[in-house]
Amino acid sequence: MKGKIRLKLSGKVLTAPFASVSILAVFFIFLFVFTQGLPLFNQISPFDFLFNLTWRPTATPPSFGVIPLILGSLIVTLLALLISVPLGILGAVYLAEIANPKIRELLKPAIEVLSGIPSVVYGFFGLVVLVPLVQNTFGLPTGETALTGGIILAIMILPTILSISEDAISSVPVDYKEASLALGATKWRTIKSVTIPAAASGITAGIILGLGRAIGETIAVMMVTGGAPIIPTSIFYPVRTLTQTIAAEMGETVFGSTHYSALFAIGIVLFIMTLILNSVAIRLIKRKNGERR
Amino acid sequence: MDAHPNDSIIVEGGGSGVGIAALIDGTCDVANSSRKLKDEEKQKGLIEHEIALDAVCVIVNVSNPVEELTLEQVQKIFKGETTNWSEVGGPNLEMVVYTRESTSGTYETFESKVMKPDNVTLNALTKSSNGEMAQAVSGNRNGIGYVGIGYLARASDIKALKINGVAPTTETVQNGTFPISRFLYMITKGQPEGLAKDFVDFVKSPAGQKIVEEQGFVKMP
Repeated sequence: MKGKIRLKLSGKVLTAPFASVSILAVFFIFLFVFTQGLPLFNQISPFDFLFNLTWRPTATPPSFGVIPLILGSLIVTLLALLISVPLGILGAVYLAEIANPKIRELLKPAIEVLSGIPSVVYGFFGLVVLVPLVQNTFGLPTGETALTGGIILAIMILPTILSISEDAISSVPVDYKEASLALGATKWRTIKSVTIPAAASGITAGIILGLGRAIGETIAVMMVTGGAPIIPTSIFYPVRTLTQTIAAEMGETVFGSTHYSALFAIGIVLFIMTLILNSVAIRLIKRKNGERR
Repeated sequence: MDAHPNDSIIVEGGGSGVGIAALIDGTCDVANSSRKLKDEEKQKGLIEHEIALDAVCVIVNVSNPVEELTLEQVQKIFKGETTNWSEVGGPNLEMVVYTRESTSGTYETFESKVMKPDNVTLNALTKSSNGEMAQAVSGNRNGIGYVGIGYLARASDIKALKINGVAPTTETVQNGTFPISRFLYMITKGQPEGLAKDFVDFVKSPAGQKIVEEQGFVKMP
């Protein structure tokens, strides 16, 4: 008995530090971004930062308004979700319920490979193929638009949403489907009214993961959206996202300057946006799980 | 390094601001810069050495019939006041303005020689390097942008406009008649010593200046 207790304790002692390391790492990164970004508010008020409509950090006098950047990030993310969520869920339904097992075995790994392609490759594809395509299809002066960004992001997050949704749908207990069919429902009715709602929490998790990737995506979006910090009044205009602003401007700013702090302040905004999205997601999933019980 | 086998020079990329920041931090010995030092940088003991000339050329797509513009017309275009090519003698096409990220040295030269005191329009598409800019304008017949003179030879479908009647050539840049030109610098912390001094001297020498020309820049007059 003594031997067993000692083993249990040492297990906890050994694994706890490793688990804490990852949490601590995130915490310290957050602390760093926070401390590098806060000095901005010695120079300008938070009100000015959050509600100013102009991002012109190197002008005289400089202007650090993040609204165009936040809207830029939101519009490409929204477009990406609008395209990839329906496609992802329907694709998952096809793979899990309709495709024959041989096709499923072929397609599922292929889709998972797609999610491993580096984002700069997507960006290059977007720049060389999508941008001229959008420009010519819609007769625009330039194909570097929010729409192009949304499309490329949709392609990038589709594998994630599809794969996780497919897992969720396959995990729905067979008795649910059998009960529905036994009651006389058609296969499609079963899928629509029983299987998908039953898999809802998993599907939501997939969407949240995709959304997180979309908000944080930098390179691919940078190469196709044009980078103009304007308020997007149409999806056919260029936009500038939060992430691309940090990536494009950080290399050239003087360490410790107001511009430097402003870029870290954008990092704080991104952190907060991600926190909000994740807690909304967790609450949604908990509620779904609660309802089913 | 072929001539001096015991010396090694490591070159890293990053842009004017990155190099100067590294110099201040002490993580490099010489910083190449396409812009002059700012006052706060000079106060940290940095010294600039002129080593070459560069011209910032206004470029358009080769399919564009426009051949020249005045400096004022260029300013109006980049401010966003002129929006159609027909307003400057071109076809009836909406202009697409390309600019560099505001932290670039090329941007700063363009801004100080062309735009001051106004700003480039927020509607301009931002490119992160001369190469990207050349590629963007060569792919868009509506486009107008600007690149360093060394990039004219490298991209195929762009052409440089005459500014105030002056085309960007070695002579016009050296004698100052081309209005959008700048010096390129090598920056050191204090006066250079040892290998750093040898290297800067080499670049200023005829052999070094020959390389400057081969790279598409303009040698010192």
